Amino acid sequence: MDRRKFLELAGTAGAMAAGAGLAKAATKAAKPSDNKEKDEEFVAVLVDTTRCIGCRRCEVACAQVNGLPVPDPARDGALEKDRKTTVDQWTVVNRRETEKGEVFVKTQCMHCEQPACAAACPTKAMEKTHLGPVIWHPDRCMGCRYCMMACPFEIPRFEYDSWNPRIRKCIQCYERLQDGEQPACVEACPQEALMFGKKSDLLQEARSRVYRHPDKYFHHIYGEHEAGGCGWLYLSAVPFEELGFPTDVGTTPYPEYTKDFLLSVPVVDMIVPPLLYGLYELTSRKERVQEQEEGA
Amino acid sequence: MSTVATTGAPPRRSLGEFILEQLRPHGPILTPFNIISAPIILAGMVLVVIRFWKGIGAVSNLSQAHPWGVWVGFDVMTGVAFAGGAYILTAAVYVLHAEKYHPIIRATVLNGLLSYMFYSGALMIDLGRPWHIVNPIIGNKFGYSSIMFLVAWHFLLYTLSEFIEFSPAIAEWLHLPKLRQVLKALTLPTVIIGVTLSTLHQSGLGALFLFNKNKLHPLWYTEFLPVLFLVSSVFAGLSMVIFEGSITHRAFRIQIDPKKHHEFDEITLGLARGAAATMYVYLFFELLVFLHGKHWRYLNTGWGAWWLVEMVGFVAIPLALYAHGYERRRLGAIRVAAALTLVGVMLNRLNVCMIAFNWKSPVKYVPAVSEVVITLMVVFLEIWAFRWIVHRLPVLREAPAPAQEG
Repeated sequence: MDRRKFLELAGTAGAMAAGAGLAKAATKAAKPSDNKEKDEEFVAVLVDTTRCIGCRRCEVACAQVNGLPVPDPARDGALEKDRKTTVDQWTVVNRRETEKGEVFVKTQCMHCEQPACAAACPTKAMEKTHLGPVIWHPDRCMGCRYCMMACPFEIPRFEYDSWNPRIRKCIQCYERLQDGEQPACVEACPQEALMFGKKSDLLQEARSRVYRHPDKYFHHIYGEHEAGGCGWLYLSAVPFEELGFPTDVGTTPYPEYTKDFLLSVPVVDMIVPPLLYGLYELTSRKERVQEQEEGA
Repeated sequence: MSTVATTGAPPRRSLGEFILEQLRPHGPILTPFNIISAPIILAGMVLVVIRFWKGIGAVSNLSQAHPWGVWVGFDVMTGVAFAGGAYILTAAVYVLHAEKYHPIIRATVLNGLLSYMFYSGALMIDLGRPWHIVNPIIGNKFGYSSIMFLVAWHFLLYTLSEFIEFSPAIAEWLHLPKLRQVLKALTLPTVIIGVTLSTLHQSGLGALFLFNKNKLHPLWYTEFLPVLFLVSSVFAGLSMVIFEGSITHRAFRIQIDPKKHHEFDEITLGLARGAAATMYVYLFFELLVFLHGKHWRYLNTGWGAWWLVEMVGFVAIPLALYAHGYERRRLGAIRVAAALTLVGVMLNRLNVCMIAFNWKSPVKYVPAVSEVVITLMVVFLEIWAFRWIVHRLPVLREAPAPAQEG
């Protein structure tokens, strides 16, 4: 092997080594970043839509705690229209007409256990914390909006009217949780329609409510398995389509959809270069043979 | 080195003189192309200023439901596919020794390189916080688990590869034969790495949408999106080479050795054959996905009709035209096929990225005029750069012998 060939091979080997590094990283897909204790369980909120009276105190508390424009539920008539969360309304309550009469539904970020937004983010600006909330880091985000593309619940919001735009959404009052407090909306709810706790405890509570009142509830806990499991759980009297919930999100954790591709990246990075080099040698030998035959 | 300097190099000039001489426009200024493109570029620049001052919303119709519009759908998704010719042809020429295509390699690589540079430039307009683009690059925060992160890195490294592949032409232009020799020796390993990087970022652009099972219309969503994006980048790239070649060989005819004109016809026929073969494979994949997903359920809808427009009008028909053009040696048919194919690939990328994206949402996206003007600005700037370089560097023409020696 002459020196030039060796250098070529060395270059290829370098690419392969880089690929191997990625392989290791790719397998860590979208795990909570600061999962110090493995058995630690995510917190969650249980929403019992049969209890909600549409007072929107949760909206007010959310706005106050997060420094957003505070709505005036008595006067703004917001329940008249169907609303989505916005850059400065991280939670909204909508009124729905259903077969069992009017139902109020609070929406906000679902705080998925394996969030698509965090798996999508190229800078880890979206982070699944060990406590449970999915938060956003302004110092990392480059504003590519891939989190918005990836989110099956259409939750992250982008400030299109700012020169220095932020991604805005419910962060489940991460700072309050760290201080041992509850999310502001849960604390503000006068009907105990919202309940805060460990997810397993809340699931138990939800199941016992359905068990005790089988006629009152639709037999499904939305968020238990949706999108691989969420940090917000919902009970309802009617099927969840009627409340406007996306029922096509499946139960597969979203990072699973890209796992195969991510794992194939280092494989391709390692296999293709030697393959191409082999083809190069093969075709150049053929040329040489042709030349020799023509020469002879 | 010393012998070359005395025999081949032009008379010594100061660097300043050289730069001034190279900056001077070659050729007439008031051409129809300049008269159309110059005002659009100027308007685009004004809009870019507004965008960085007032935000993306001030110049675009992007929304919370449609975060990606023409800047991503056309500039990045379509543009990268169109630039696929460079990795296909460098693989053919440098790896597989298909010497027939050597005469067009420089123009193709230059086109790819410029496309990538201008698209990443366009991406700066689309990114909300572009000053943080260094984060995923310098390792401030590596989002290894992100497809976007991998695409960005493969895109970046491939742009570098293309620069190295093109760099001998720069060395010839600057009369640096020693440097040219070093750069030339880098070509094979760079091509091998470049082709690998391309397979991954071309397919990676499709993989970006793997999350969108409930947002992208089922006629376009499949777990094979990465494969479809990769295969379509092959015939998109080849069609771009044919399309672009038929224009450059008219626009820059003076640069090309007349003996070579016939060679280019043969090259075009070969490219047409390659495009037809890969389109056949692509159509077969699409059919498999269609049958496997029982997608005939959707055919009787507006989306079904739109999908058929893409698949029949802009894949099957150009495929037939390519095959016909190759069999009967009809270059006219091949050029029409190339143009139709390019429209088809663009339709496909726009469908996946914005038109059939979030199809259940009541919020629809139609690009604002200012978004389209900014996109056109990027395209025109790239063509201006291409023209500037072709007039000065040995891209289409051969370099004078001394510059190649060494």
